[in-house]
Amino acid sequence: MPYPPYMEESIRKLEASRQRRMKEEIPLISSDERDMIVRKYHPDYRETGKRKLLLGPNKDETMPEELANQLEGNSRVDPDKVDLSKIDYDVDVLIIGSGGAGLSAALLAQENGARVLIATKLRLGDSNTIGAEGGTQAADRPNDSPVLHYLDTMGGGHFENVPELVWAMARDAPMAIKWLEDLGVNWDKETDGSMRELELAGECRRRVHSCKDYTGLEVMRVLRDEVRCRDNIDYIEFEPAIELIMDDEGQVAGAILVNLETNKLSPVRAKAVIVATGGLGRLHTQGFPTTNHYGATADGLAMAYRVGCSLIYGDSIQYHPTGAVYPLQLVGILITENVRALGGQIINIDGEQVACNLEPRDILASFEIRECTERHKGITTSAGNVGVWEDIPLIDMLHGEGTIARRLPSLVHKFRRFNIDLIHEPVLVYPTLHYQNGGVRMDANSATEVPGLWAPGEVGGGVHGQNRLGGNATLDIYVFGRRAGREAAQYAKEVKLGKLNLDHVRQWQKELEQLDIAKERPFSPMLLPNYARQPSDYLADLYTEKLQPGLVKLA
Amino acid sequence: MAQETRVAEEGKVEEKVKMLDIYIMGKRYKVPDAGLTIQAALEYCGYNLIRGCGCREGFCGACATIYNFTYDPTIKYGLACQTVVEQNMVITQIPFFPAAESLYNVGDLQPKEGVNKLAELYPDILTCFGCNNCTKTCPQNLEVMEFVSDAIRGDYEKVYEKSFDCLLCGLCAARCPQGLQPYNIALAGRRLRGAYLAPKSQHNLDRVKEIEEGNFDADMEKLKKMSADELRELYAKREIEPAL
Amino acid sequence: MAEAEVAEKVRMFDIYVMEKRYKVPEGLTIQTALEYCGYRLIRGCGCRGGSCGACATVYNFTHDPTLRYGLACQTAVEQDMCVVQIPCFPTAKPSYDLKELKPTGEQVLEIYPDLATCFGCNNCTQSCPQDIEVMDFMSAALRGDFSAVTAESFECVMCGMCAARCPQGLSPYNIAMLIRRLHGRYLLPKSKHLEEKVKEIEEGKYDAEYEKLRSTPMEELRRIYDERWIEPK
Repeated sequence: MPYPPYMEESIRKLEASRQRRMKEEIPLISSDERDMIVRKYHPDYRETGKRKLLLGPNKDETMPEELANQLEGNSRVDPDKVDLSKIDYDVDVLIIGSGGAGLSAALLAQENGARVLIATKLRLGDSNTIGAEGGTQAADRPNDSPVLHYLDTMGGGHFENVPELVWAMARDAPMAIKWLEDLGVNWDKETDGSMRELELAGECRRRVHSCKDYTGLEVMRVLRDEVRCRDNIDYIEFEPAIELIMDDEGQVAGAILVNLETNKLSPVRAKAVIVATGGLGRLHTQGFPTTNHYGATADGLAMAYRVGCSLIYGDSIQYHPTGAVYPLQLVGILITENVRALGGQIINIDGEQVACNLEPRDILASFEIRECTERHKGITTSAGNVGVWEDIPLIDMLHGEGTIARRLPSLVHKFRRFNIDLIHEPVLVYPTLHYQNGGVRMDANSATEVPGLWAPGEVGGGVHGQNRLGGNATLDIYVFGRRAGREAAQYAKEVKLGKLNLDHVRQWQKELEQLDIAKERPFSPMLLPNYARQPSDYLADLYTEKLQPGLVKLA
Repeated sequence: MAQETRVAEEGKVEEKVKMLDIYIMGKRYKVPDAGLTIQAALEYCGYNLIRGCGCREGFCGACATIYNFTYDPTIKYGLACQTVVEQNMVITQIPFFPAAESLYNVGDLQPKEGVNKLAELYPDILTCFGCNNCTKTCPQNLEVMEFVSDAIRGDYEKVYEKSFDCLLCGLCAARCPQGLQPYNIALAGRRLRGAYLAPKSQHNLDRVKEIEEGNFDADMEKLKKMSADELRELYAKREIEPAL
Repeated sequence: MAEAEVAEKVRMFDIYVMEKRYKVPEGLTIQTALEYCGYRLIRGCGCRGGSCGACATVYNFTHDPTLRYGLACQTAVEQDMCVVQIPCFPTAKPSYDLKELKPTGEQVLEIYPDLATCFGCNNCTQSCPQDIEVMDFMSAALRGDFSAVTAESFECVMCGMCAARCPQGLSPYNIAMLIRRLHGRYLLPKSKHLEEKVKEIEEGKYDAEYEKLRSTPMEELRRIYDERWIEPK
């Protein structure tokens, strides 16, 4: 029995109600009801953990505290110590980040004649995309249309999405699927070639394309392989950007990179810069665990903000309703929405459904939080984490034996390592920090307000409104990544760069001093979270000349 | 200050000297074509070595490195401090590989008739299927496969002869498909040979006995009582054995 | 929490990180154990969720030399575990243009001629942290059975451990990557409805309808949204 004895009673109740629940249909709530439950229970609406920004384009707007600290952070670069006349790389298009958006941009920029350099913080391809499980929306079936996709997306986003962006995404979606098919992605298909598509929360048609539950990994493997095969795409790993470079015409003209292993700085001159740095999960807003990868620390937001880009819906964070809660080693990891699309239900301690399992993510997360807090119907683990059940075994009962093993191999594998058999046992879930709904304000080609800078993918904002639908993130990246690559390559052919400078940093630091907050704010971008345990008898920096009083001196 | 100087210096270097492209854990760097070893090249690129660096002169095996070339996937092995970088070299260091070694006392190594002591200590030795990867990995160019075969046959003398230059860098263990550790096996073989099979040094044993019996004590007392001048005279007059 | 306090309440394990002994509390993964010991990871850490292969780790036990392999973020620490990470192993990956390749076994051998030198030692299978039958797909690759390679290698996270341990210097993960791409592009049947829909969109079939929605007032838009027909699952 993989679960401890104190959970047994609740599991028995879950098993007892299963037959009845198989036929039980809970209706979706209306848009007005959605707005109400979200305002009451969603973490975005909590009073604490947020504050107003004191400077920059979004001054006086409220942001999550952790993000506000990054946006108001000190630059890591001292402009007086960087010699911008000694450029290490001179390219047409610099791409910061190498997830789905970054690599799509790289391929399209290269095809349109640009010399491309990708600078990435960890390995090429390390990103949130790689862990994406559910799939990619595209309205490519006869009974579907991009207009319905548009409508679904607007509704899911509480109608606050920027319409041109949503239309660009919905319209380009089938082309993106085809592009990936041509590159060699193994989409799940029937024997006649028609795509096997699921319906995720908030959708009115089945239009989510997947590659089992390894969708992100399958596509990233292919994009990464293709990038490696092409001439004129260069890449450097473990070398994140820490500051954008401007020119005296107000155009973005490159970036300063830092080698994470040697601390060497490298100025890059680029005619066009594409920031594709993804999300902010490792900031752990509202103290939540996260599904995001190690490097998701809002780097692009901080750098873009400092050169004058405004954010849209920066305070809108998506908490995925089914993050794992047990065992401790897996807390926060993603359990794909496909489970619910296949029939998995969300069950409380008494064996009853919490809500319709296909409510959009913010709604379901709010329901779960209500169930575990106000209604006290969650299950608390001995480590102090709380959650509700996700009844996965239902899926084989609904669709036939072997469905779980075939459609969810990644999940089955992960839990089997800890002796939990998803074919016969439910899992504990609770909201986990998953996605940044908003981001840098952009147009339909993901061009930002500052010339020479694009922000495709999760770092960009407006396309998802106040809540993203499942299957739209891994569409956003390919559509806007490709558009950014194409447009940036064209722009690079025409633009004339002026003299490079870091004046925006001087101006920024001056403002921080004037507001008297420079010493309180961290350096941004954060680059990596620090999970290393820091007992008091550790030397802060082995190579520092100054000793801390009272600590052990090394010979 | 330091940043400026380094950048300025690099610029000067690149003007005068041809630069090579090398790849460290997949990252491309430019280093001068000036006979830098892999180790010096790592430091040229800014790495402050903690693991993977030891005697810096080819004796200790700390800097075992695996490399190939962008145009040739054949895996090659060397000591970073002893291998000069070449154009398009692709480098990775494996400063450690888990190898559970047997714990034993020298007494446990005492050879027994009809028993292969090495197979007793390291029973997996018999699963070797002769793939020869161990030989390929050896940065000291030892015939590892041969001495592993010798170990399997219990020929400790041959193990000693053929493995003598082993630095215990661990690369053979890192690449053995059967999970063997030739370097540990050979070490046990050499110790067994040294302790039990090498001909004993009779004169050494005799001398030890003489000393313990106090044969030299009287002469030593005499020397201690001599004046500085007498000692010098004795020293100047001593007979010096011809060197060869 | 001071170490002594932790040790009182929780069982502590001895583990060996590159042979250095540390004490860590029970219940950690290798990854969080490294961080517990004070390591701030740069290499060897990625998605932290079992999908990206960055944290491939070789380990054994002081009492058992058999080599084992796992992802650090998904493997729980045990008493006397000895760990080492191999975040990078040199493999020369050739460049190719998928459009110019034929989906045949001969084509694969042309790009990866060393494939023929595999002698079936099975180290690749043993070293796979995803429990993939690597040897099976290598045989299938030699036979030119692309569907079998795709099916068997699908869960590969490209950690590189098989390449690190192949005595013949092969990289099974790169070979499988090429074959899966060939399979996806050439062997899976084309999706006709996808091609038709792309054509319709490019011809502008949906543009007028979008313009209409775009200029629909919010109240009306919400009503249309709430009343739209939802396809049954």
